[in-house]
Amino acid sequence: MRYIPHTQADRQAMLDEIGVSSVERLFDDIPARVTDRFRPLELAPKSEMEVARTLEGLASLNAAPREPVSFLGGGIYDHYVPSVVAHLTSRSEFYTAYTPYQPEISQGTLTAMFEFQTLVCELTGMEVANASLYDGATALAEAALMAVRVVGRPRIAVARSLFGHFRRVVDTYAWAAGIEVVEVPYTSAGRLDRSAIPEGVAGLLVQSPNAFGVIEDLGGLKEALGEGLLVVAVHPLSLGVLTPPGECGADVVVGEGQPLGLPASFGGPLLGLFACRERYLRQMPGRIAGRTVDVDGTVGYTMAVATREQHIRRERATSNICTNSALCALTATVYLATLGAEGLRELALLNLNKAHYLAEKAAALPGHSLVFDAPFFNEFVLRLPSEPRRIRSRLAEEGFLVEDPEPLARLGLPGALRLAVTEKRTKEELDRFVRVLGGIR
Amino acid sequence: MGYPTRFRYTKEHEWVDLEGKRAKVGITQHAQSELGDVVFVELPSIGKVVKKGDGLATVESVKAVSDVYAPVSGKVVEANAPLDAAPDTINKDPHGAGWLVVLEVADPAEVEGLLDAAAYERFLAEG
Amino acid sequence: MSTIFDQSRTERVGGLFPPLDVPTRKVDHLLPTSLVRTRAPRIPNKSEPELVRHYTRLSKMNYGVDDGLYPLGSCTMKYNPKICEDLARIPSFAGLHPLADTRHAQGALRLLYEMSERLCGIAGLAAVTLQPAAGAHGELTGMFLVKRHFEERKEPLRTRILLPDSAHGTNPASAALAGFTVTELASGKDGLVDLEALDASLDETVAAIMLTVPNTLGLFESRILDVTERVHSAGALSYFDGANLNAFLGRARPGDMGADLFHFNLHKTFSTPHGGGGPGAGPLAVSAALADFLPVPRVVHDPEGYRLDWDAPRSIGSVHSFYGNFSVVLKAYAYLLLLGDEGLREVSENAVLNANYLQERLKRTYRLPYDRLCKHEFVLSGAGLAEGVSTLDIAKRLIDYGFHPPTIYFPLVVKEALMIEPTECESKETLDHFIAAMETIAREARENPELLHEAPRRAPVRRLDQTRAARNPVLRHPFDEKAP
Repeated sequence: MRYIPHTQADRQAMLDEIGVSSVERLFDDIPARVTDRFRPLELAPKSEMEVARTLEGLASLNAAPREPVSFLGGGIYDHYVPSVVAHLTSRSEFYTAYTPYQPEISQGTLTAMFEFQTLVCELTGMEVANASLYDGATALAEAALMAVRVVGRPRIAVARSLFGHFRRVVDTYAWAAGIEVVEVPYTSAGRLDRSAIPEGVAGLLVQSPNAFGVIEDLGGLKEALGEGLLVVAVHPLSLGVLTPPGECGADVVVGEGQPLGLPASFGGPLLGLFACRERYLRQMPGRIAGRTVDVDGTVGYTMAVATREQHIRRERATSNICTNSALCALTATVYLATLGAEGLRELALLNLNKAHYLAEKAAALPGHSLVFDAPFFNEFVLRLPSEPRRIRSRLAEEGFLVEDPEPLARLGLPGALRLAVTEKRTKEELDRFVRVLGGIR
Repeated sequence: MGYPTRFRYTKEHEWVDLEGKRAKVGITQHAQSELGDVVFVELPSIGKVVKKGDGLATVESVKAVSDVYAPVSGKVVEANAPLDAAPDTINKDPHGAGWLVVLEVADPAEVEGLLDAAAYERFLAEG
Repeated sequence: MSTIFDQSRTERVGGLFPPLDVPTRKVDHLLPTSLVRTRAPRIPNKSEPELVRHYTRLSKMNYGVDDGLYPLGSCTMKYNPKICEDLARIPSFAGLHPLADTRHAQGALRLLYEMSERLCGIAGLAAVTLQPAAGAHGELTGMFLVKRHFEERKEPLRTRILLPDSAHGTNPASAALAGFTVTELASGKDGLVDLEALDASLDETVAAIMLTVPNTLGLFESRILDVTERVHSAGALSYFDGANLNAFLGRARPGDMGADLFHFNLHKTFSTPHGGGGPGAGPLAVSAALADFLPVPRVVHDPEGYRLDWDAPRSIGSVHSFYGNFSVVLKAYAYLLLLGDEGLREVSENAVLNANYLQERLKRTYRLPYDRLCKHEFVLSGAGLAEGVSTLDIAKRLIDYGFHPPTIYFPLVVKEALMIEPTECESKETLDHFIAAMETIAREARENPELLHEAPRRAPVRRLDQTRAARNPVLRHPFDEKAP
């Protein structure tokens, strides 16, 4: 096998040193009753060339029509990733390294973690951020658990307008922890119905832009919650132009970081963003890098406040998380550094403008309209004159990828499609889309 | 550093200094030495009522978190707030300025039942 | 160590995106003023060459498994095959959106389906979920399943999880997150589960036992069948943490040992890269009795092809946004295809051979608390080497010899523990160099301990002040203050 370096002579020398006659003797401690039951996979080994061919063959089964033009969203977007990002994150010193438990030889990982935490705080307007969680959904679930720990009440309010996949994960984690989940509906404007926020909750989970692409008005929400924590799930790129939740009274900000330079990769790996106010630092889950100095006074970075974590606190840890999404966080760091503040604003405005252009043109088609008259970033919901599933198939034949309308229907919006527009969509593509959409009978 | 004979001690390495109905509580020299540099202390709120053996406070070092248990039952009437800014006081002066809380004890006799300095030092020698 | 924040130009750099091709609208025509950001995030603007220099320099202050031996116990730092990296980048995989029409995702769905089947075959269990994004996540999902199982059976008294004192911290943390309390079992003198202690703890309040097999001392639970039989007789379930699967790949299956639940760490056993701490993948395999509780959606195969099935009324819900860490699963799948049955067996054979060789040579110089043949890892103690010298000192001195230190101070059952796992990918030559370094360090500890106390000297930074980092945490760049 290519990855095992031993020669026969090596193996024999080692067996002699250990003092056993054959390598089989090293497995005598596994009971025969167990090894007798063993069944192989009936899988012969393959060469590299053969495996490459097999996987390329599978990949070709993913055949999408023509050169697909994607309007898919839901937290995962088709953004342009500058070349430099892949080159830097493919350096093996970064990707073949382990968790930085020996900080003296992990300054690359730790410095990048520190940069990432700073960037997340800058984007969200929060005071402290961790070095990532698995994805936006589990980050939101962890925020709910944290709110319950801090306030001491096993009851949370969640906006109905969360992404379906965010809500499913929150519900699963809440059920296991014995936390009651109370849903808060949305208004005819597509925003959180403030009059329906229940009393006595440990926190409110709201998403902005929400599952309809609508930007929520967070002003005064914190005050309405009393002791409860305000948890806001964000779209990180939208914060290039939108007021960050930290300036609107949020206690915790979470989000899906995939738009920050990660490929869609059929939904994973993703990047869970988590940031909060300094006063909740010791309740925050996940790893954190901190600045310090070495014996010579040189500035360096190390894992800090680790006493919250599982390897020290065990069953009293703030979470069970060990492996996180480190390389994805590094990718996001390099991506944001490549953009710079100016580039991020430019990118956000490209997304904003193109989405509004499409929305205007599509809504002007006979029988079509925007479901909500509310501000949006790069995603919106369009009401259609006829069955959306049929329209989706017709669009696909022309190379346009849009989401399944079923989840929207479950959120109370039948007969509609959600569309996401990024900087990658050209005017030609947008105009052609409108032409095709308008021509569907 | 010796163990003040005026104090009483527990096997969880807490000390108690009783004056009338007020018991000052801290962790011992041995405890702070095992923990290493103290980086953070979490103290209970004033007015909290504890039974003997309940969790009272936590003391964190870089590598470990130590629970401090109530050596006797009582009510928290004072907490050593300056420890927030200077947790290392516990390392420097664990039996003096590094005190954690003052409890108003329900039953002063409970304190008498704890180890005296000699018994505590014997206990340390055995372990 | 400078960061990107230490120097910045305020001029824009640009050059990434073409100009807007649709009519430009003013922001205040599109959004109400209250929603528009007034203060820009303080992200530095850097030219591309400066950026590349900065991250290239950072990478050189790291140590990866491509640099040298990484003998971290229970981490299985094996070689990451480069073909797997390339395959994950095939555009129609890398660019595939999770909400794409499943008719356009047949290749990806089939890969997930086939990998699930193979993982069932390796586990010797009936069904698998690929959703968990890490081992701890797999453990949590497993605990959720245990909880649901007893909910359905109306056994609310079962609130306790048993685990050995050598368990990894994520085990009790996962149990606690799922609402269970944890009872630690003291290991026997032989380092294994003490059957008497087990019997004394097993009652109708126990939901499950969580075991790592082999355990974190690198010792195989030879009495495993007795353990799982007793657990099952008491009406409880057996959860196996698969972190140490490298020890018996290709020759034994957890299902045959009595496991009801078993999680994999694809970033350990299946060679996907660690990435500086993630992403990983922690698929969970379960027995037929628990299969209905697995998360949704599930990948199913019917005559029309592969699709996502959401119709599972007894499912616990979801634990991940979509279907798991797809590209990590892809790399692990390719690795599995490369190895085949033969390769899997070679992995455990050589992993165990390497560990025993190191153990045999190093026990002459260091204390070996459990002196018998081990599996893929073993634990030494740094205690007693020399006065005033700790395992931490030994670890830091190893850095000066060009090695990443082993795991230190774990498992907790051994004082001054040094947990060593070489993996199958290390040559005898590398192992001999490591042995030589460890022997030299032992001599230095007695003759010149300052070398250890002041280590590392040959690293990008010297020993870092952990106390200062924890006492006054600086967790993001202090923009408004002068640099320390």
